[in-house]
Amino acid sequence: MPTKAMTPDYHGDFQDTQDKYHGQQLISVCWEKHTMFGWPMCLPVPPDMPFAGLLQNVLPMIYSDHPDFAKIEWDKVQWSTSAGPFTPDPAKSIKEHGIRHKQQIRFRTPGLDGYNGAG
Amino acid sequence: MAADGNTKPPKKLSLKENYAMLTRGLDWEPTYEKKEDIFQKIDFEGIKIHDWDKWEDPFRLTMDAYWKYQGEKERKLYAIIDAFQQGNGQFNVTDARYVQALKVFLNGIVELEYASHRGFCMLGREFPGAGPRIAAQMQSIDELRHATTQIHAISQYNKYFEGMENFPYQFDRVWYLSIPKSFFEDACTSGPFEFIVAISFAFEYVLTNLAFMPWMSGAAFNGDMSTVSFGFSAQSDEARHMTLGIEVIKFLLEQDPANVALVQKWIDKWFWRGYRLLALLATMMDYILPKRVMSWGEAWTIYYEENGGALFADLARYGIKPPKYADVTIKEKGRVSHEMWSVFYANRNALGFGIWLPSEEEMDWFSEKYPDTFDKYYRPRYEYWRQLEAEGKPFTCKVLPQLCQTCQWPCLYTEADDATEFVHRESDYKGEIFHFCSDGCKDIFDDEPEKFVHAWMPVNQIYQGNCFLPGVDPTAPDFNPMAEALKFMGLKPGVDGGLFKEHLDAKRWEQWTSRPANIHEGAYTDSVRSTETPTPRAKP
Repeated sequence: MPTKAMTPDYHGDFQDTQDKYHGQQLISVCWEKHTMFGWPMCLPVPPDMPFAGLLQNVLPMIYSDHPDFAKIEWDKVQWSTSAGPFTPDPAKSIKEHGIRHKQQIRFRTPGLDGYNGAG
Repeated sequence: MAADGNTKPPKKLSLKENYAMLTRGLDWEPTYEKKEDIFQKIDFEGIKIHDWDKWEDPFRLTMDAYWKYQGEKERKLYAIIDAFQQGNGQFNVTDARYVQALKVFLNGIVELEYASHRGFCMLGREFPGAGPRIAAQMQSIDELRHATTQIHAISQYNKYFEGMENFPYQFDRVWYLSIPKSFFEDACTSGPFEFIVAISFAFEYVLTNLAFMPWMSGAAFNGDMSTVSFGFSAQSDEARHMTLGIEVIKFLLEQDPANVALVQKWIDKWFWRGYRLLALLATMMDYILPKRVMSWGEAWTIYYEENGGALFADLARYGIKPPKYADVTIKEKGRVSHEMWSVFYANRNALGFGIWLPSEEEMDWFSEKYPDTFDKYYRPRYEYWRQLEAEGKPFTCKVLPQLCQTCQWPCLYTEADDATEFVHRESDYKGEIFHFCSDGCKDIFDDEPEKFVHAWMPVNQIYQGNCFLPGVDPTAPDFNPMAEALKFMGLKPGVDGGLFKEHLDAKRWEQWTSRPANIHEGAYTDSVRSTETPTPRAKP
């Protein structure tokens, strides 16, 4: 049901459209089960950054302090978005993976479910 | 009085007659303006009112009596605040850790009292019925009084402790204060009926006991006579506000059966929004108060499950059901305070108050209060973090959170049935993705996406480059966006937030009082000669 408003056809401005991010797009990143980090991370990245950039720079910057991180076997990681599972290609860009502005990238590392029960 | 003695003195009016004359008797039927032109905001929400005179004010309070009662309360309150200040009462509280709770209160709650004042001002203008209009006017003045007296009660602390001097500026800028701010802005931009159901019923009637009772008991238990006096002074107002809340609901439901579905929708929405807002109190009750009153889990059981259960059983005769997702709040009660304290700790440098890890004794208390969750999920985390602190590399989160588009909390919550899995909820609206912390918040967005798309979300605004002070050059080689965003918010790293053991408040407290800044930790500095808490001077 649409908002009931005094003004006919009321619609707020979209506050977070991609054109406001100076050529970048927002993505969210979530390492499942690793609740110690408290939340899915939100950050701006260039849409043509190769997925390898995410793997080699972004994820270590966020998560490398965690004792599980060094143990990750990257070929066994399960990747998904809300649209379902996907297999990343390190050479292809974020955009070429169909990852849209504000989309959440989730990864699951079976067997690595948090350090010693601490998340 | 007539000199001849034949004229009887006029009969004193009964309370009911006096009330009628001083409320409805002061109202009039307009003749040269149409009623719908005077009260323009009363129809668009779809609520139907047939007879405004059916409104019953249970207190029958008139303005003249109101001023008299409030004036007396003010005199008593300020006498106590004066005595508190002259006696340096700020050093009689349990420890400097307690003062961190006051900062959360001042920065998060006081501005809400003011926002509430604004909202009730609008109702005091918009309602066509004289009875509810006057009740709203009084509540508007009450809320302004609460904001003022809270500021005065806390101002003495501001002379001695960091993090309180900039609260109006910070309320509009600090990332986590957008949570309370957006709550009231949502209410104030709703129609008058949604506002009154939201604030008077869902918030004041169903939820504020949860804030007021444990909070004021906590202040009393920790020796804060200033806050306790404010609490006593506000309590009779709160009783009146709660009664207004229940009267509003009954009035709306009795006026027209078509109102039931709308009222139910607002109860569902505002119960959930209120619950998410009050979750901040969970950390105060469980983590910040040095001497604890009860756990958040216990408070939720008493004040929502038991009291709220009785309330909704009573409203069932109107066709009103308990709020949607109430079952989720019950499943979350063993987790919210721990999940939130974890994110506070991991992001302590971006907060306006000092943060610490719970001591062994406190963790044992948590194990007792939260037998199903604490030892399983949170004790191992704190033990690991304590070890990292000892190694000189305390755990720190490095990236800003994905925020909930509705409540603006970071998406920090876990699934109702699995504390190890983050909640993932999103909506795709007109080609854009929106994230939510819960089903409750997703439902609210999906019902009114036109409104929530323009939420001012701090993380997103920082990344758009809108949260820097004038003159900052984002192209400079040494530009640090996070440091600049903190300056914009008025947060000084190492002064306002950070580890409490290194906090200025903690150091000064020990220097000035020779008592530990955190009674659960022992002394942080050499200023404390004896680390034992003095035994009470009282007869055995």
